[in-house]
Amino acid sequence: MSIGLAPPATVAPDLAASPPRSLWSDAWRRLRRNRAAVLSALFLLWVSGTAALAPWLPGMPDPSVQDLARGAQPPSWSHPFGTDELGRDTFARVVYGGRISLLVGLVATLVSLVIGVAYGAVAGYRGGKTDEVMMRFVDILYSLPYIFLVILLLVFFSRSLVMLFVALGLVQWLTMARIVRGQVLSLKSQNFVEAARALGAGDFAIVFRHIVPNTLGPVIVYTTLTVPAVILQEAFLSFLGLGVQPPDASWGTLVSDGARVLALFPWLVAFPGAMLSLTLLCFNFLGDGLRDALDPQDRRDVN
Amino acid sequence: MTAYVVRRVLLMVPTLLAIATLTFFMMRLAPGGPFMAEREIPGPALEQLRRTYGLDRPLHEQYLRFLANAARGDFGPSYRYQGRPVSEIIAEGFVVSAELGGWALLVAVLLGVPIGVIAALRQNTAVDFGVMAAALAGVSVPNFVLGPALVLTLSLGLFWFPPALWEGPASRVLPVLTLATAYVAYVARLTRAGMLEVLRQDFIRTARAKGLPERTVVFKHGLRLGVLPVVSYLGPAAARIIMGSIVVESIFAIPGLGRYLVQGAFNRDYTLVLGVVLFYAAFLMVLNLLVDLAYTRLDPRVELS
Repeated sequence: MSIGLAPPATVAPDLAASPPRSLWSDAWRRLRRNRAAVLSALFLLWVSGTAALAPWLPGMPDPSVQDLARGAQPPSWSHPFGTDELGRDTFARVVYGGRISLLVGLVATLVSLVIGVAYGAVAGYRGGKTDEVMMRFVDILYSLPYIFLVILLLVFFSRSLVMLFVALGLVQWLTMARIVRGQVLSLKSQNFVEAARALGAGDFAIVFRHIVPNTLGPVIVYTTLTVPAVILQEAFLSFLGLGVQPPDASWGTLVSDGARVLALFPWLVAFPGAMLSLTLLCFNFLGDGLRDALDPQDRRDVN
Repeated sequence: MTAYVVRRVLLMVPTLLAIATLTFFMMRLAPGGPFMAEREIPGPALEQLRRTYGLDRPLHEQYLRFLANAARGDFGPSYRYQGRPVSEIIAEGFVVSAELGGWALLVAVLLGVPIGVIAALRQNTAVDFGVMAAALAGVSVPNFVLGPALVLTLSLGLFWFPPALWEGPASRVLPVLTLATAYVAYVARLTRAGMLEVLRQDFIRTARAKGLPERTVVFKHGLRLGVLPVVSYLGPAAARIIMGSIVVESIFAIPGLGRYLVQGAFNRDYTLVLGVVLFYAAFLMVLNLLVDLAYTRLDPRVELS
């Protein structure tokens, strides 16, 4: 028989009769009522679905096929986003650029998630001197002008995609660590942790099986907001020529390339720029919606 | 108060030391050097160059000498801009960047705060929703997308402003607008949330109860606490504006610090990059201290510890 180690439901006796509603089903209902968040989620699903499946979609042009005879054409029926100077289809370039941008966003966020959650959980759970030293280290990193370090890292070592993942992920984990630590601090003295300990669970199991799952709400919200932040930073670095390198292209490099021929072929900057902006906007809407849904106390600017 | 300031200033020293050490060794560990230029430099000449810049000394000696000089604000000569000390380049670039960033911050506060107050006073009306949706859009459009868009419409389309460079007042408009928009939006959001929080507190009800005109209640009593989130955001905002100005300076070909940083990094201009990074770091820390001090002025409940 498995012993329930989840937090004991603190249902007052007079409420016990009504069917139990978990935090998640409550949150789900609240989220569904938020039209902006739902539309954003649908848009993001569409964008990421198209990007992920691009090579297998029927009718999707190859983004690297050049056709100099049809170079630099404005949007038309056959090329809805126009073509670039080399005659490559801009729509396909934007879709494939989205693959890279979204991939960077997801992977770097994942890197920051793993580091941040582990670090924050350990600091918060250990407490005392360990906590103080670990968080002081985070404070110091916080005060570093990190974007310069990222720039230097990319300039001096390598401009590969892997380096980009690492550099961006390394920057983003700090806030996550702080959030998780705060959560763990308040959770670790609760009864269900005591119960787990009484049942003989080790520190590792207590932290990662019992405490961390209960920090999921804020972590999900912050993760949703980290993805656009990372995509934006990748685009920023790519715009400066430090991020994604040719022949790969991301939305950032497309905007950067397009900006150079702005006066002649404005559609080359307009479409990737619009896709990038819309995607960031939708992530922000979704993040806001999730925060309102998952964190009812933090609704002061909503009511 | 004095003790607090002194302690904060003393705390900056180890942080700056850490940054200096990190950047110094990162650059020395990196493959390639400042003189791996397009042209091959003949051996003896290279030796001569390395001796001039002290690169032939042992690493720890270079490091210590760098620290001692940097403490006096002397970052040595630039590797790339022949015969020009880094501190001179920084001073020159900073004037430009500070003007750009200062205007952007000013625009952000002067537009963002009123917009936020209006949205808060009209909470849950069409005005509020419209303003907040626009603000979220403003936060989401990256400045390197906004910049070209503004150039395309206002400069190449309507010929209102020059598309680039930093000469004359008209040339300031587009870069400042490009840099400021995201912060106008963010400040508006912060102000709205702050005002909503404050306006439902007891002392506001008291002020209304004793018959003060609504204008006094909102602007004299409410705004003072309502803008606190904005004040504490100014430190991080300045940091992000610096980052943003790198892009804006690139778009509009403005000779500011950010542009020197990016070019210095590409050219492996060690001394220039180190100087700029350290300068930025110190500048940001001083700025954050000032923000914390301003905070206590506005909110009597906050005590410095």
